[in-house]
Amino acid sequence: MIELGHFAAFLALGLALAQTVLGLKGERRLAGLTAIAGFGVMSLAFLILVFAFMRSDFSVALVANNSHTLKPMVYKIAGAWGNHEGSMALWCLVTIGFGAIAAATMRTGRETFEARALGVQGMLAVGSLAYLLFASSPFLRLDPAPFQGAGLNPLLQDPALALHPPMLYLGYVGYSFVFALAAAGLMEGRIDRVWAKEARIWSLAAFAPLTLGIALGSYWAYYELGWGGWWFWDPVENASLMPWLIGAALLHSVIVTEKRESFAAWTALLAVLSFLFSILGAFLVRSGVLTSVHAFAVDPERGTLLLLGLLGYGGFALGLFALRAPSLLGGKPWTLLSREGALMANNVVLIVATLTVLLGTLFPLIAEAFGRTISVGEPYFNLTFVPILALALIILPVVQAWAWGKADLKAWTRWAIGGAALTAVFMLLGVGPLNIPLGAAFGLALGFWLVFGAVWEMKRRAMNFGRVFKMPARVWAMTLAHAGLGLFVLGAVLETSGRYEATLALPVGGTGTVAGWEITLNDVRAIEGPNWYADKAELTARKGGTTAQLLPMKRFYPAAAMPTTETAIHKTGAGDLYVALGEQREIDGEARWVFRVYYNPMVDVLYLGVVLIGLGGFLAMWPARRSLKPAAGEASL
Amino acid sequence: MRARTRRLYTFGIAAALILAAAALAFFALRENANLFYTPEVLAEKGLPPEGREVKVGGWVEPGSLTYADGGATMRFIVIDNSPSTITVSFNGVAPDLFREGQGVVATGTFTPEGEFIARQLLAKHDENYQPRELKPLEAGG
Repeated sequence: MIELGHFAAFLALGLALAQTVLGLKGERRLAGLTAIAGFGVMSLAFLILVFAFMRSDFSVALVANNSHTLKPMVYKIAGAWGNHEGSMALWCLVTIGFGAIAAATMRTGRETFEARALGVQGMLAVGSLAYLLFASSPFLRLDPAPFQGAGLNPLLQDPALALHPPMLYLGYVGYSFVFALAAAGLMEGRIDRVWAKEARIWSLAAFAPLTLGIALGSYWAYYELGWGGWWFWDPVENASLMPWLIGAALLHSVIVTEKRESFAAWTALLAVLSFLFSILGAFLVRSGVLTSVHAFAVDPERGTLLLLGLLGYGGFALGLFALRAPSLLGGKPWTLLSREGALMANNVVLIVATLTVLLGTLFPLIAEAFGRTISVGEPYFNLTFVPILALALIILPVVQAWAWGKADLKAWTRWAIGGAALTAVFMLLGVGPLNIPLGAAFGLALGFWLVFGAVWEMKRRAMNFGRVFKMPARVWAMTLAHAGLGLFVLGAVLETSGRYEATLALPVGGTGTVAGWEITLNDVRAIEGPNWYADKAELTARKGGTTAQLLPMKRFYPAAAMPTTETAIHKTGAGDLYVALGEQREIDGEARWVFRVYYNPMVDVLYLGVVLIGLGGFLAMWPARRSLKPAAGEASL
Repeated sequence: MRARTRRLYTFGIAAALILAAAALAFFALRENANLFYTPEVLAEKGLPPEGREVKVGGWVEPGSLTYADGGATMRFIVIDNSPSTITVSFNGVAPDLFREGQGVVATGTFTPEGEFIARQLLAKHDENYQPRELKPLEAGG
C-alpha cells in the first residue's frame, strides 16, 4: 500500500518537472493540466500516508516511530504531519495544491505570464518533492515490523496542535505562489495593475491562515506548556512572526501597485522575501541551530539542505529582481503626505521591525561564532520591536483616511488633539486609579486609538458608499483587521501588565490565596486515559460570591516515557484563572502538591484580536461586486 | 513633488528609522543579552553586575534538592566538571523532566551573596533534546 504512495509521490515529481518545463515555455493550458494532475497524484500519496497512520501500519518506519495503537484516532491522523517527514509531505501537498488551484482559477488574460508562474511554482514543487523523496522520505518500510509504535510526542497530542501545522503551512507555503507570481512578473517585466490584482489575492490566501496558525500555536503554548505566557520570543515563534510581518507589509504595498501601479519593484521584492522568510523559518525550526522550547524533529543535516534551497531560490529570484527591477515602470505621481506615503511608512516600519526580530533571533548564533554563549530574550524585543511597531500603529488611524496622490490635511489638527487627549487621559488613569507603568498606560491608549480609528474609518467609508451594507468586502475586511489589531494591543497590554502569578504548595485539604482567589485542594487522584495515566488534582477556587472547580492534571505517557502538564483554566469573563499542577513534595513529613497559579487578565481579547485579523484576511479575498457605480468612489483598500 | 525629491525624502526617513532601530538594538543587546554561566565560568569571571539577568547551566547535584517557603521554593546545587558550584533557588513548579543528576538551564539573577534566583527553569525537553548551552559541557565530560 505505502509503495503506491511512494510511487505516486515520484509521479508527482515527474509531473512537477513537466509543469516547470511546460510553464516556462509558456504553455498555459498544458502546464495547468499537469499542475492539477500533480495535485491529484500528490493527494493520493498523502492520503495513503494518513491511511497508514490510521491503520497503525507499523511496517512503515514513519508510523512505527511516531504512532501507537492506543492513541485516539484524531491524533493518529494528526500524527501523520506531527513529525518531520510527514510535515514535509504536507509541505509538498500544499505547494502543489496552490499551483493547481491557481491553474484552475487564474484569469489575468496573460497566457505567458500565467504559464510562467505555474512553471516557477512547478520548480518550487520539484525542490520540495526532491527533498521529500531523497532526504526525508515518509514512505520507507521497516522490516521486521514492530508490534507497537513509539508514540507521538505527547506534547503534540492536542487539538490545537493537530490543526496548527496545516494552518501554518498554508501560510508559509502560500507565499510560494506569491513568489512564483513575482518571478513570472519579473520575467515579463510587467509588475502592474493586473499582476497586483492576482498577487493580492494570493498574498491574502497565505496571510490569513498564517495568522490563524500562529494564533493556534501561541494558544497551545499558553495552555500546554503551563508557563502562563502566550509569547516567549522563542526562535521558533520568531520564525513564524517574520514571514507574517513581511506578509503584512506585502498586503499593504500590493494595494498601491493595484490601485496606482506605484511601488512595483518594492512589491515584487516583498513577494520574493515573504517566501524566502518562510523557508528561513522552516530552516530555523528544522535545523536545530537555535535552542527552542518548541523544537521537535530536529536534524542538522536536513538543515543544510534547507539552507541550500533557501540560497538557490533566493539567488534565482533576487538575481531576476536585480536584472529586471530597473526597467519596471513607475505609477501615478504622489507626494509623501498621501496614502502612498502612508503605506510606504507602514512598509518601512514593518521591515525594520522584521530586521530587529531577525537580529534578536540570529544574534546568539553570531555570538557563538565568536565563542560566546548568550541568549536574547523578551527585554530585547520589548526595547526594539515593540516601540518600532508602535510607530506604525500610532499613525494608522490618521493616515488610513488619506487620499491617493496627495492627502487633504485639514483634519490633521483634530486628530492630533484627539490623540493627545486620549493619551493624556490614559496616562492620568495609569498613574492614578489603575496604577500601571506609563508604557502600559500608553499601550492601552494605543489600543483604544486603533479600535476607534477602525470604526471611524468605516463610518467615513460608509458615508462615501451611501449605505453600510453597500461597502465592498475589502473595506469590511480592513475594519475587522485594524480593529483586531487594536483589540490585540489592548489584550496584550492588559495581560502583560496585569498578570499575577504565585506558587502554592498545598497538602490535601489545604488552602492558599492568590490574587484574591482562595484556592483549596480537595483531592488528588490517579486516573487513566487511553494512552496515558495521570495525577488529577481537584481544586476549588473562591472569590467573592463565585466558586470555580479547577482540575489540572499531570499526565504521563508510557509509550514516550514523558510527562505533560494539562492546565486548568477558569474563565471569569475578565481573565483566566490558570492553574498548572506540579510535582509532589515531601515537606516536614507531609506530602504537598505544588501548583503554579496565574491570573491572566484579558487573554481572550488578545486572541479575539488576532482571529479578527485572520478573518479580515479571508474576507478581503471576497471579489468586489461589479454593480458598484464607479462614481461612488473607488474601493480603495 | 518630483520623483527624485520624493525618493530622497523616502530614503532619508527610512535611513533615519533604520539607524534609530540599529542604535536601539545595539543598546538592547548590550543591556539584555543573557550571558551564560557554568559554575566554572562563574569562578573564573566573578559575579555579573547586580540585577543583570543571566543564564546558569549545569547538572543538578544528586541529593542537593531541598524546599523552602512551605514547599513553594526549591533550592538545589548546580555542578559541572569543575570544583565550583552554584546554588539556585526557584519559586515554582519544576519542569516536567527536572531530575537530580540531569542537565538544567536557569534564567534569573544573582544575589550579592552569589545565590542564583531563577525566574525560569528549563530541563531536558525529551530523551533526545539537550539544552544547547549544555552541549559543550557534555563534550567536555
